[in-house]
Amino acid sequence: MSRAGERAAQAVLFLCALAAVALLLLLTAFFLSSGLPAIREIGWKEFLLGRVWDSADRAAPQFGILPLLLASIYGAAGAAALAVPLGLLTALFLARAAPKGVAACVRQLVRLLAGVPSVVCGLVGMTVLVPFLREWLDLPAGDSLLAAVLVLAVMILPPVVELAEDALAAVPAAYEEASFALGATETETWFQVTLPAAGSGVLAAVALGIGRAVGEAMAVLMVAGNVANMPTLLGSVRLLTTGIAMEFGYAAAGSLRQRALLSIGLVLFVLVVLMNALPHLARRKGGRP
Amino acid sequence: MKRGYAFGFLLLAAVLAACGGRAAGTVNLDGSSAMGETVSVLREAFTEKRPGIRVNCSGSGSGAGIEGALSGVCDIGLSSRALTAEEIARGAEGHLLAWDEIVVAVHPDNPVQTMSAGTLVDIFTGRLRRWSGLGGEDRPIAVYGREAGSGTRDAFEGTLGIAGQCAYTNEYGSTGDVLGNVAGNPNAIGYVSRSAVDETVAVVPLDCLLRRPFLLVTCRDNPLSEAAAAFLEFATGEEGAKYLPLSGVAPAWEGRP
Repeated sequence: MSRAGERAAQAVLFLCALAAVALLLLLTAFFLSSGLPAIREIGWKEFLLGRVWDSADRAAPQFGILPLLLASIYGAAGAAALAVPLGLLTALFLARAAPKGVAACVRQLVRLLAGVPSVVCGLVGMTVLVPFLREWLDLPAGDSLLAAVLVLAVMILPPVVELAEDALAAVPAAYEEASFALGATETETWFQVTLPAAGSGVLAAVALGIGRAVGEAMAVLMVAGNVANMPTLLGSVRLLTTGIAMEFGYAAAGSLRQRALLSIGLVLFVLVVLMNALPHLARRKGGRP
Repeated sequence: MKRGYAFGFLLLAAVLAACGGRAAGTVNLDGSSAMGETVSVLREAFTEKRPGIRVNCSGSGSGAGIEGALSGVCDIGLSSRALTAEEIARGAEGHLLAWDEIVVAVHPDNPVQTMSAGTLVDIFTGRLRRWSGLGGEDRPIAVYGREAGSGTRDAFEGTLGIAGQCAYTNEYGSTGDVLGNVAGNPNAIGYVSRSAVDETVAVVPLDCLLRRPFLLVTCRDNPLSEAAAAFLEFATGEEGAKYLPLSGVAPAWEGRP
């Protein structure tokens, strides 16, 4: 290719990268400009710590997102608490313990799980999990934080496995060889050398999983019950995402209600950015490779 | 290759024709999902009479429908509750289409036979929590309602005088959602439009009537297209009234309750 062609090709690549960055900046600007005024109008404290979300009341609407925020955090944390140990051990199995053929097969299946659309996960949760919880625990209805946690755990399992396996595979063989040379068995080595050495990568996997769980709307909408209660494990909850999804169509353009929903978008955005930044910050502090 | 071009040309022509048809006569309706059944009956009759006009309908809730009519997102909004003073001040005009009844539905296996308005209030405000208190099985009651902004919810709570006091177990985004979930949960009770009820749920006879209007909403400031005006005239006129009973609602001229 000619030099001019070479340069043109590189310019195209640069422009594409620039477009991605510009989109992110635009999104950030949009959320800040549309989300901040309503929060100021409502008051930071009332907005973030208010315990009542009743945006439809025409006389005295209340815009406290604490029930939604807590439901989102509990939901994501619960899902991570289930999916991370399972995903980590699966990753260890794939990266070290499994015979090659088995590992390839399991890996494909995990990828398949990742490809299941969220609405289908929600459907299974709605038709199988929710009635099961209702009958098993003698609840009025099975739609609950617990149902949301279980569905989210399944949904974030594949990315956790995939990222954790990458992190484990990147651990230098010399670490493990040294461990074997000291007389440690394989399992001792995997748990006490490989896993700690992969620390930051594993943390990234956890953070990605939590970020996904915080951002998921569709599947949760179908199993969480969607009442803006202060969250209890077996009660109906509304999350930040489902709060927006349920109400946005009703909010008059430009009304405080609509702007408050955009502010929820800002809170979500900040949460997800934090979850993405966490592994980087931890790496800098911990100083591990 | 030639065939490929021919096919592409046909596709293009079809797309253009579709767009052209849209310009010639499309009416976009949006709003109350409870009105879906009634509107689809009217739509069928109207399309037979005016085959050139396409009527689209989506059900995103009364509040959204009124907003849509005001902002011009849709031609005509569908509201299953009366307009508020604020909405009227902003230019919304309601055209009475029919009178609907809200009914209370339970799972078909639920043995509870009748219910008084007082019992209904006790259940929906959370004072009565188990079916055994009503002669049913010893199961918890799952109270299903609609999301804030729904016309059905406003009308139901308003008629019973419990606006904003309901303790819902779950909230759903459409009439169909409530029906499907009541049909799937033996503990459930929920309210829906009479016109939407099917045999998957059992309707509990009440000692009171929960009536509410079905309105077609337009905006004073957005002139209607010829097609939308034709639909509005058909639906609210004598011709449309003939079809209304097919969906289980009473025509507007049957008078206010």
